[in-house]
Amino acid sequence: MRISPRAGERIVKVLIWAAAMLVMAVLVFIVAYILAKGLHVIDWRFLASAPSNMGRSGGISTTIIGTLMVTVTAVVIAAPLGIGTAFYLAEYTRENFVTKIIRFSAESLAGIPSIVYGLFGLIFFVVYLDMRWSVLSGGLTLALMILPTVIRTSEEAIKAVPYIYREVSFSLGATKWQTIIKAVFPSALRGIANGILLSVGRCIAETAAVILTAGSTLRMPTSLFSPTRTMAVHFYILAREGISMENAYGTAALLIILIFLINVVANTLINRFVAKSR
Amino acid sequence: MRRFKEKLSGRIFFVLALSSISALALITVFIVAKGAPIFVKVGVRDFVFGMSWAPGHGEFGIFPMIVGTLSVTLGAAVLGVPLGICCSIFLTEFAPSVLKSVFRPAIQLLAGIPSVVYGFWGLIFVVPFIRDRIGGPGLSILAGSVILAIMILPTVIMISEVSILALPRQYKQNALALGLTHWQTIRSVMLPAAKSGIVAAVILGVGRAVGETMAVIMVLGNAVALPKSILDPVRTLTTNIGIEMGYASGEHQQALFATGIVLFILIMILNSAAQFITRRK
Repeated sequence: MRISPRAGERIVKVLIWAAAMLVMAVLVFIVAYILAKGLHVIDWRFLASAPSNMGRSGGISTTIIGTLMVTVTAVVIAAPLGIGTAFYLAEYTRENFVTKIIRFSAESLAGIPSIVYGLFGLIFFVVYLDMRWSVLSGGLTLALMILPTVIRTSEEAIKAVPYIYREVSFSLGATKWQTIIKAVFPSALRGIANGILLSVGRCIAETAAVILTAGSTLRMPTSLFSPTRTMAVHFYILAREGISMENAYGTAALLIILIFLINVVANTLINRFVAKSR
Repeated sequence: MRRFKEKLSGRIFFVLALSSISALALITVFIVAKGAPIFVKVGVRDFVFGMSWAPGHGEFGIFPMIVGTLSVTLGAAVLGVPLGICCSIFLTEFAPSVLKSVFRPAIQLLAGIPSVVYGFWGLIFVVPFIRDRIGGPGLSILAGSVILAIMILPTVIMISEVSILALPRQYKQNALALGLTHWQTIRSVMLPAAKSGIVAAVILGVGRAVGETMAVIMVLGNAVALPKSILDPVRTLTTNIGIEMGYASGEHQQALFATGIVLFILIMILNSAAQFITRRK
């Protein structure tokens, strides 16, 4: 039997709508489930008190500080490297052999699984450079992991700055460096910040790479050289070893809320950015 | 002085730009250096095709894990790819603008949720469902495939969407003007034209599935054996590293790095393929 084009049209439309709604339903279900079980666990005491008895009781304050320290370290290292690379690719060179290798490396780094970053961080930072399990080892490992995201988003933001900005700046007698710092960078800033925020989200969500490089101690980290446990790792250990489902749900709910907020801020930034450059 | 500053800034940017090259080189060198001795000792063939993994007895065969990785990835692709492509068509062609502005951030949120959360959700929801309604122990290839299918959706959707949006407007307008229906236009004009981008999206999605660790560690059951059906538990290359790295030492640790080398090679092949396909245009 041949289906008439018009009937086919209708069938396909229903199928595609169904697929989209299914995906939405799954997302809503996962988020709602975790929030429903975890939201009531989150209160001031949960956020501000240290875990006790392996995390069975008490809050998650040390893991929040640990997450913060590891993430900040990663961003502070990755941001200059990534933004610098982006400026080099966008402003300082034509497409040639070197840029091809840089792009290939960045795209390959983007595809490497986090567990491989973990292995590398363990053997290079923790053992070879003798940094032990520490905030610094974890931060450096994550920095490499987020580098490609920072490069790609920054380059896109820089390329979106209208060419006329540069021409005007040059015509006023500015050098290339002055043009980049005073004309291009400020206009690309929102786009760059968007990329940095997405990277922060990835750092917060990461488990495999951090557990192998920052360790999993529950003690409060006091310096870059102390070992620590991030929230995602804490959630993983609580859930996998069945230590405390209550606290696991609370931690997971907090992670989802954080990721949600980061996405909201990142989207507002990029929407303003697009609106401005039009 | 100004000249000097100009030159210096150019050099500095160049040095910064070398960071990703050096990172990739360092990662490759250190992982290979740490894992290679086990290839020499056991032999590449016995390592890759060996059936027995017993680090305590010096037996390092990862073939069941390669089968595990391939089967879970295939399952994720079968479930996730059609769904993802449908969603990207929905976003570009069918969604009213109100829904678009909800759907896109939702997909971004899906991409941002920590993988451990997916794994946990799978453990408390998908695994019992399979055990009670379908059969087997629940911890299985099927459970892993379902979770990974959800996790690769953002990659497949976002990259396919970009490649459909990048098509020249005339393609669609001309096809519609020739009297094709909307779906005929999509199927016979737009999808073929966006093919290379969609294929790249699928390959990158598959790469994500191959590399995912923490989500599947919770739902696969992690048994080192060749699976007989999709309801059997398996262990993948990534979970092998994730489970045992915490306490491994000596040869055992080297064998885990060697597992990492195999994984690394697999991913580099997929990445290069995706890059090759998107560059060719």
